[in-house]
Amino acid sequence: MRAGIVLFPGINRERDMALALRRASGRAPRMIWHHETDLAGLDLVVLPGGFSYGDYLRCGAMAARSPVMRAVADFAAAGGYVLGVCNGFQILIEAGMLPGALLRNAGLRFLARDCHLRVARAGTAFTRHLAQGAVFRAPMAHGDGNYFADEATLERLEGEGLVAFHYATPAGQVVPEANFNGSARAIAGIYAPSLRVLGLMPHPEDLIDPLLGGEDGLPLFTGLNAALAA
Amino acid sequence: MTEISADLARQFGLSAEEYGRVLAILGRVPSLTELGIFSVMWSEHCSYKSSRVWLRELPTAAPWVIHGPGENAGVVAIGEGLAAVFKMESHNHPSFIEPYQGAATGVGGILRDVFTMGARPIANLNALRFGDPAHPATRRIVDGVVRGIGGYGNCVGVPTVGGEINFHPAYNGNPLVNAMTVGIAPEGRIFLSAAAGIGNPVVYVGARTGRDGIHGATMASAEFGEDSEEKRPTVQVGDPFTEKLLIEACLELMATDAIIAIQDMGAAGLTSSSVEMAGKGGVGIALDLDQVPQRETGMSAYEMMLSESQERMLLVLRPERTAAAEAIFRKWELDFAVIGEITGTGRVVVRHQGRIEADIPLAPLADQAPLYRRPIVETKPPPVLDPAALADPIGVGAALLRLIACPDLCSRAWVWDQYDATVGGQTVKRPGAADAAVVRIEGHDLALALTTDCTPRYCAADPRTGGAQAVAEAWRNLTATGARPLALTDNLNFGNPEKPEIMGQFAAAITGMAEACRALDFPVVSGNVSLYNETEGRAILPTPTIGGLGVLAHAAQAVGIALRPGLDLVLIGATQGWLGQSLWLREILGREEGAPPPVDLAAERRNGDFVRGEILAGRVGACHDLADGGLLVALAEMALAGGTGLTLAAPSTAIPAHAFWFGEDQARYLLALPDSAACLARAAAAGIPACLLGKSGGEGLTLPGGAAISLASLAQAHERFFPALMDEPASPNA
Repeated sequence: MRAGIVLFPGINRERDMALALRRASGRAPRMIWHHETDLAGLDLVVLPGGFSYGDYLRCGAMAARSPVMRAVADFAAAGGYVLGVCNGFQILIEAGMLPGALLRNAGLRFLARDCHLRVARAGTAFTRHLAQGAVFRAPMAHGDGNYFADEATLERLEGEGLVAFHYATPAGQVVPEANFNGSARAIAGIYAPSLRVLGLMPHPEDLIDPLLGGEDGLPLFTGLNAALAA
Repeated sequence: MTEISADLARQFGLSAEEYGRVLAILGRVPSLTELGIFSVMWSEHCSYKSSRVWLRELPTAAPWVIHGPGENAGVVAIGEGLAAVFKMESHNHPSFIEPYQGAATGVGGILRDVFTMGARPIANLNALRFGDPAHPATRRIVDGVVRGIGGYGNCVGVPTVGGEINFHPAYNGNPLVNAMTVGIAPEGRIFLSAAAGIGNPVVYVGARTGRDGIHGATMASAEFGEDSEEKRPTVQVGDPFTEKLLIEACLELMATDAIIAIQDMGAAGLTSSSVEMAGKGGVGIALDLDQVPQRETGMSAYEMMLSESQERMLLVLRPERTAAAEAIFRKWELDFAVIGEITGTGRVVVRHQGRIEADIPLAPLADQAPLYRRPIVETKPPPVLDPAALADPIGVGAALLRLIACPDLCSRAWVWDQYDATVGGQTVKRPGAADAAVVRIEGHDLALALTTDCTPRYCAADPRTGGAQAVAEAWRNLTATGARPLALTDNLNFGNPEKPEIMGQFAAAITGMAEACRALDFPVVSGNVSLYNETEGRAILPTPTIGGLGVLAHAAQAVGIALRPGLDLVLIGATQGWLGQSLWLREILGREEGAPPPVDLAAERRNGDFVRGEILAGRVGACHDLADGGLLVALAEMALAGGTGLTLAAPSTAIPAHAFWFGEDQARYLLALPDSAACLARAAAAGIPACLLGKSGGEGLTLPGGAAISLASLAQAHERFFPALMDEPASPNA
């Protein structure tokens, strides 16, 4: 798998993401400055977490209008895979590549803690190594991760199997107590209809090493590597 | 036109005698800009005029120390060709006036002190002291400070991995926000601030200059009165996004050979950075303020020289590298301006709109800075309390539930859940998982252990013992993870030094710290002094916060406090049942009295070295040092962290039960390990007091005699305080 990570001013989890991609694929990802527009040769483009442009206008809004994002949209349309995590998810939404919005967390505070995700849609490149209904742990670190969409969109996402992950208890129950940021229908991540674009709020890239608390996040990356290996 | 006079000088914080020196140095009446420069450079905050004579007592050298105090931050060698760069600094006064921005810019400022030396910041910590939870201002200050620390640290992408929080009425009008940053650099690539090379360009990078924070250093050098709210405009406003860009741009430039000297613009902004860079280099500096990037119109020279706008740096570059350097800052969309040059005059000369606004000789500005050996009155030694004379009114089990719920011992989860502790992907022990945070160095097996410590009530009762205890506790917390303690940074928060009893606290605390530093081979490599922490004449508790740094050769060797089932619980160190100044005495009997527990530095060293040896030999499943609340509180914390119960046997001791379980004797550790017999034998052979207390396992904490407290009820008591203070639902535990 040849992966690239897009660098916007203010993103800050690019190093974490690079470690995860290298661990899964054995290859260092290409770092792509936001003025670049040539994504040729890549299988996967990742928009990492952080605070692009300080999140000063609206999370992800300014990055979504940067030159590289037109290239990312073209890349996805041409069959490329795109992963957006946290600020990356917000950017994909602001760029119109995924539906809905990410609002302030329900408690109006930044949330930096572990959560559990239940796989709602297996059988994609992103979930090659994750079974339907499997539960994995991941750190969350965001102030604006409260997923919102109108009822019709939520119905469509669920009906078409485009919800990737729900917030759940460690035992896999999707209940309000496990939905820390108050997301609509406990949605933690969604796919585009192509199933080649995934956005999610928590950070699987920060849980890939037993020494740091576990390897729960690794299957997402090893699965991608298996699916996208040339 | 403002008339310059002794009267105006006094309003600027200069005494009549100090103003006399200004006149003598210049041989004329200063301009307004010059008076501003003298007043900030000679403020307590910048000149350390009351503390310097005492700070010299602190040991600062060790074979692993690369740069001790005097640079932007301390630097120690940690192995594998790497250096750790670290410092702690206060932002107390601004955090009272405007908690969010005060705390946020405190984090920003200490980050710049570290990356200005060429280090990538890898961890932030913070030591916070708030007023009485029942005081009407406390909730707003806690909320703002925690949001501010998170708002800045989370955005710049440096994990906030540890710290401490205390509450006490002495901080009602004067909370303490002490922020610490740790960075990593190659040992041979440390950047310093001494300017050199006559004719070399002086370059300004980062954010533009505005009118914020003018005279912040002077504000930080005065007591608060009733008018403190009016000082809000002297608080700076932080922009963590610009800081993040500045970190990346500076580190990118530092990979080249363009930089001769670099200094952040912190307190006293352009004044202190330019004066210190030229002064340290023994050169002169000429500034053209027309070239300074400004975000407001019509700023005067005085305003520009004294502005404390954030996220700015001053550089001296090799002239032939200036264009390449500019390209890097433009790429990061930051301002870059040549605003002056290094001269051979030995003077700082400031030009603005065709006029010379300041022309000051640098040597006397530094050499003739005021230095005071202020009078001291020693703190009267408090009586030693006899534990047998302090009857236990409620029993050990009930006292545990009260203690573990009290503001100083309760769960900090509400706070930690707002700080990103995992960004960077190297956090081995997150907040609460171990006695010190443990962060691995990316690409290496090495890890750093990091902690902040101080027990202000001990310092108030006996500053010398309290100073020693703060150092010893930091050393102990590092040791309890398995790390070898290397060095510390200090943040000395005290009241008004012009009061002899306050200066007496300061001097005694330094003496105690110095004794502990020597005994533990734990030198001071950087620090900050914050005086005048008083509001309406009432001083804070003396709070010499210690930021400790240790190293682990292998990150996997680090141990935490979480219990797992089936381990023996061994107590290392001697127990007398010391209740003076204990939290049991305060929380159960409502008394803040007596002498604090004595600190036996030889025992600290011996016991700690033994514990570290057991950990590094791989024999220990969990380790916790004993501190606030004593033995039973530490056991409960281990049980809660691991979700595993424990059963205690009756100790063979003549000490009353409440003194045994809640006494705060020092130099003690709890070890959880599979084979206690062998450990006890090794301890006996080494002459170390040790005993078996019980065994881990089960669903609750079972006291000697069989009474049990469920983990669920312990957790409920432990988690209650912060959500209740903030009137928010308790954080759900998924």
